[in-house]
Formats: sequence, structure tokens, C-alpha cells
Amino acid sequence: MQLHHRLQAETDMAVATHFATDHQPATIDLSVRGLTKRFGSMEILRDVSFSVAKGSVVALIGSNGAGKSTLLRCCLRLTEPDTGSVEILGTQLNGLKHSALAKTRAKVGFVFQKHNLSGRLSALSNVVHGVQSRFGGPLAWHQALAPRAVRDDAMEMLEHVGLAHRATSRADKLSGGQSQRVAIARALMQRPSIIFADEPVASLDPTAGEEVMALLISLARTRGVTVVFTTHNLRHALDYSERIIGLRAGCIAMDDRASSYSAETLRTFYA
Amino acid sequence: MPDPVSARLQAPSRLGRTTPLQFTLLVAVGAALVFSFYDSGFSVWRFIEGLPNIWRLLTDMFPPDISRLSAVLLRLLETFQMAFVGTFVGVILSLPIAILATRTHSPNRFVYYSARTVVSFFRTIPDLIWALIFVVAVGLGPFAGTLALIVDTIGFCGRFFAEAMEEADEGPQEALRALGASRLDIIGSAVLPAAMPSMIATSLFSLEKATRSSVVLGIVGAGGIGMELEVAMNLFNYQQALTIILAIFILVLAVEQVGGKLRSRIIAGNA
Repeated sequence: MQLHHRLQAETDMAVATHFATDHQPATIDLSVRGLTKRFGSMEILRDVSFSVAKGSVVALIGSNGAGKSTLLRCCLRLTEPDTGSVEILGTQLNGLKHSALAKTRAKVGFVFQKHNLSGRLSALSNVVHGVQSRFGGPLAWHQALAPRAVRDDAMEMLEHVGLAHRATSRADKLSGGQSQRVAIARALMQRPSIIFADEPVASLDPTAGEEVMALLISLARTRGVTVVFTTHNLRHALDYSERIIGLRAGCIAMDDRASSYSAETLRTFYA
Repeated sequence: MPDPVSARLQAPSRLGRTTPLQFTLLVAVGAALVFSFYDSGFSVWRFIEGLPNIWRLLTDMFPPDISRLSAVLLRLLETFQMAFVGTFVGVILSLPIAILATRTHSPNRFVYYSARTVVSFFRTIPDLIWALIFVVAVGLGPFAGTLALIVDTIGFCGRFFAEAMEEADEGPQEALRALGASRLDIIGSAVLPAAMPSMIATSLFSLEKATRSSVVLGIVGAGGIGMELEVAMNLFNYQQALTIILAIFILVLAVEQVGGKLRSRIIAGNA
């Protein structure tokens, strides 16, 4: 068993170093091994294995139903995988109890396609919620109750996403692009080491989508945060990621540097 | 010339086929209705015979006697105060019970079913019975009535609060779960804000209900204007009774109007 683990670690290191831009030995932030997930008779993920080096940006592509979202959710055990293992930031997620799992989740920002903000609360309150990765209780429920340091921090995050002037606006009064930027600010409030983004711009118009994508990647790169995002936008996969993993029918069908693909070759993957 | 539509297409039968079980049930319900009419002594003729008595009572009531108006108004104020305090305390106590009575947020099945049972028990026993119990427990007066209203409010709000929480959007809750928030933090940050409009509307409706109930509670000695009404009717002082009935009407109407306006504003999201 120890040999198996050592071999796996060596493989992870070799793969991650291969994709690291400077070819230095890389730290592994995410390691997925033999992940399988079925919903009834439908096999959504089949023996998926890959690892992601610290600070890299990885795009997951694949047609609808290929298993991209399920894979991201399984990586955080928001959906329980049937078999396989996930290791995030050196912590094996399998078998973790609720509180230990919450501690690991706290280091991972998750940006959802539908923003998932509390619509009746202000943008600022929604960003304050990000602090619940560090401490809970009523002080982290609403901006009016939050300590001054947390409010200042949340305002700074809103400033980073260009929405400090909409801090008091209700989340359900914001445009799609603004809502997604608030969701990014909430994720940043966690001080994450990794960000998972599940089709973060799928519900936005092309202009807003471009802005949000550029913002997400630039903020992540500035902070050295690892990003794994799913997308149907091949241009985004090529422009913003260093590595593209293609899923087909629940299996990894392609995995290489983004620079080794063209828009044309990626399009043929969908054919 | 093309065929008319009616010649080409045959509409389905207006009613589906009745199964033997449905037919038996229909006959049973019809028979139960006939027996109920008979056993309840329902008689249009007796009602018509009673109309002159109603007319006599109405003529005896006019003009209303306002000689004890200040005492009536004081009792009316006491009635509203009972309803206000009963609703306020009832709503506060309903919150934790409702959280435990939700399928999604209760810690386990045992707590869930226990909380549901308590809420059902409080709701199914009429407020008049609760008033009788509390009159025995704490003596005659408005406190007994207020306690009865608290229990009645818990039974009412506990159920509807729980339903509102169960219907809250899953998205924001999942976003908080993904960042490692605790169960309580998810309730405070995502569930309560989403359920709030429905809960405020329920609370206002509960206040209207409590105002109507507090009128009746006085009849069993549990404080409020009901006691005045009972005394006036027992002494055949119908003119004074009319003053009391008009005062009750104005109070209930005022609470309903204000409550209705607030509810509309909250549901529209302007509050």
C-alpha cells in the first residue's frame, strides 16, 4: 500500500511538473484518482484520474452530460463519488467527518454558474458570508452584524471586482455579470488556495462573460491561486488556461497544454 | 373543401372513466352528507321562522349605548395588547421549533418528528381549550389569554415557517456548504433571508388571527373585550353589546387592513 502511494505521488509530481510552466518540481494542489460516479444506471464519471499543480489554471471541457460539473462537485464531495479518491492541498477527502471536511472546503472557493447569492441580502452581506470559512455565528451572517475588520475586508474584495459602489444593493437587483463578480468576491473572501468555477460565465452575455472570466483569472493569478474551471467556451479555455482536460462520456479523452491545441482541434473534440 | 375539424378529430370525453372504487367513494360521501344534514337539524324553514327574532334583536340593539365607551375602549386596548404580545412571543418561540421541524435542517429524524408532533399538537387543540387550561393554571385575566395565544401562534407559525424554510432556494445554501459553513450559518445566512418575506407575512396573518381569537377568549375569562360582551349579552343589555361589537369590528378591520398592506409590500419586495 505504501509503495502504491509512493508511486502515485511520484506520478502526480511528474505530471504536475510536466504542466508547470517553468518545469520546476511542482506542488500538487489537487489529486484525483479513479473517480467513478453513477446516477442510477447512468455512469457519469468512469475512472477519472488527474492532478493539478499549485498555481496552475486548468480548463475542463466536454459536451453536455460529459461529467464536468459532477467531477468538480465530487472533488469537494458536494456530490459523493462512488469510488476513487480526492486529495486537496494534501488532505485526503475520503472518509472525512463533517467538521474536517468543512475545514478543507474552507480553503477552496467555488464559483457556481448561477451565482448562488442570497438574493434578498446586499452584495456586501453576501461577500461577508465568505468569512464563514474561518469563523461562524451571527457575526458572519449579515454585514450589519459583522466586525469592522470583516466589513473592511469585504469592501476591499468588492473593490477588487469593481463593485464597491454597489455594496448596499440587494443581490437580486444586480445584473448577471455583477452577481457573478459578487460571487467571485465571496470566494476571494475565503482566502482560498484553489478556486473551482463551474461554467462561471454560462449565464452571462458575451461581453459580461469576457469581463468576468478575465477578472477571475487575473485575480487568481495575482494571488497564486490554482483554478479549475469548466466551460463550453473554447476561446476561454485557450486564452485563460494553461492546460485543457477534455471529458467525453465520463472519461478523460484529452489532456495537454492549452498551447498545444487550436480552436479547430478543440472543435473536433466536440464533433 | 376540407373536412371541418369536428369531422376529423373527436374530442376526448369530458370526464374520465369512473372506476368502481371512485363510484363507491362518491356514493359514500353523498350518503354521509345527507345524514349530516339530517343529524345537524339543518332546516331552512326554521331559519326563516327565526328571522323575526334576529330582527327584534337588531332593533333592540339600536341605538348603541356609548355610556361605558371609555371602559370598552380600555378592554379593546387590552385585547389588542394580548394579541400583540401573544403573537410576538409566539413568533419568537416558533423560529427554533420550525427549524427543528424542517426535513432539510433538522439534526435527525427523531428531532424532526418530535418537533412536528409538538407543532401539530399545539395547532389541533383550539385556542379556547388552551385558554381554559391556562385560566386554571394562572387564574382569570389577560395573562391566561396571552398564554393561549402564544401556544396557538406556535402551532400556526411553526408549521408555515417550516414550510417556508423547506422551500428556500437551494443554490445559496449549497454555495455556503461548499465554503465550509456550519448548518447554523447556512440557516442564518441563506435559509432565513430567503424565507423571511413568507415568515413576516405569516406573522402578520397570525396577528390578525390572534386579534380575532382574543375577542372570544374573554368569554372563558381569559381577559379582553370578550368578557364585556358576554356580560352585556347575559344582562340583555343589547345596546351596549352593539357598541362592543362595533368596537371589535373596527379593531379587527384595522389590524387586517394594516396587516394586508404590509404583507403586499413585503411580498412585492419593497419593504
